[in-house]
Amino acid sequence: MSILASVWAWFGDGAHWQGPDGVPTRLVEHVQLSAEAVVIGAVLALPVGIALGHYGRFGNLAINISNAGRAVPSFGILVIAFQVFGLGDLPIILALTALAIPPMVTNSYVALREVDPDVKDAARGMGYRELAQLLRVELPLAVPLIMAGIRTSAVQVVATATLAALIAGGGFGRYIIDGFAQLDYAKLVAGALLVAMLALVTELGLSGLERLLVPRGIRLLMAPKLRRATTFKVA
Amino acid sequence: MAARVFLDAQDPWVNWDWLSTHIPYVWDAIQQHILLAMIALLGGLVISLPLGVAAQRSPLIRLPVIGALGAFYTIPSLALFAILVPFTGIATNTTAEIPLVGYNALILIRNIVVGLDAVPRDVLDAADGMGYRATARLLQIELPLAMPAIFAGLRVATVSTIGLITITAVIGLGGLGQLINQGLQESFHTPLVVATFLSIALALVADLLLAGGQWISLPWARHA
Repeated sequence: MSILASVWAWFGDGAHWQGPDGVPTRLVEHVQLSAEAVVIGAVLALPVGIALGHYGRFGNLAINISNAGRAVPSFGILVIAFQVFGLGDLPIILALTALAIPPMVTNSYVALREVDPDVKDAARGMGYRELAQLLRVELPLAVPLIMAGIRTSAVQVVATATLAALIAGGGFGRYIIDGFAQLDYAKLVAGALLVAMLALVTELGLSGLERLLVPRGIRLLMAPKLRRATTFKVA
Repeated sequence: MAARVFLDAQDPWVNWDWLSTHIPYVWDAIQQHILLAMIALLGGLVISLPLGVAAQRSPLIRLPVIGALGAFYTIPSLALFAILVPFTGIATNTTAEIPLVGYNALILIRNIVVGLDAVPRDVLDAADGMGYRATARLLQIELPLAMPAIFAGLRVATVSTIGLITITAVIGLGGLGQLINQGLQESFHTPLVVATFLSIALALVADLLLAGGQWISLPWARHA
């Protein structure tokens, strides 16, 4: 049986769609781990990046944290977290959160920094106080780039969560790692396809959310600035 | 007393005795790591230079190329290795390099397009007025002016690639990733910590070398 046919058969087998090793369970594990890490990362990273960008302070730090984050091997960090904290979700979520933070800090910093100074002057001239100016003028203009940072982080967290299977975690990575261990190519490729789809859906879903959140005028205005979005790939 | 015994029995983060007797072993991993990174970067450059220039010239090429590579870039490396294994084999350089080359090609093409787009219209007009033909203008005017952007892409690609290579340990390669894997399998901290540290160090050294190379080779872009 060709590999494609066996992968097709794997997806067609009802046994793979139920129980603790079924696709729905693994999907929930994968999404839950990733979502927890992204939310914790966003809560930690966005206020820092937004504050640094608003005050224009520590720009080198905000930019270089992504450089440093890129240099960190995600596999090494996961295994170190596993050796420190042992089995369970805690080491996985800690490692994923650490990897989620850098692109969100850098992008939210750049997003605030790139707000046109004339617009800020106009807001000040109209009598906005600092907090109102930040919340009602700067942040709406910064949302596209901030969302790009969240999207980049989310896609990388979903990708890195695949590696969690190496430290006995769940998620779709389980099929890939078990497929390798059992030399079961159908399971291996099926798992890989599921992971790839989940990453693409994450990317497209968050792009769609961004389109819903950002008014068309601001989106068009900020489109060139989106080129400043940080590329980040760690898994 | 009992606490001391417990401490002694614990695996230290770095066992220097093990390290001092395993230097050739670690060095082999570093060499494999560097080799895999060089292939991935050179492959990325070879693909991205013509495609990047073509993409900048024509939106008909730009949209599908950046769209397809953008989707490729989104796919996790472990998934791509796994999909390729039945076709290109386990522990082969081909399986490791196809995803890495593709990722680098995307980063580089994007930066080539941005760099070429940023060349001022006046400069192009002046070059045309001086009688430059299309190829000469590209090679002698546009690409040199786009080089800072291309170098920036190369630095991002280099640092990312060096980190990603550790994941190829799953398909039996890995360079320093092999040591991380050994640390995992044997619950032995030293190779894990040493390899993670060396992988970060390698990425930062490569980044510094590229920054230095840019400073030396692009005197017109030294202001920053």
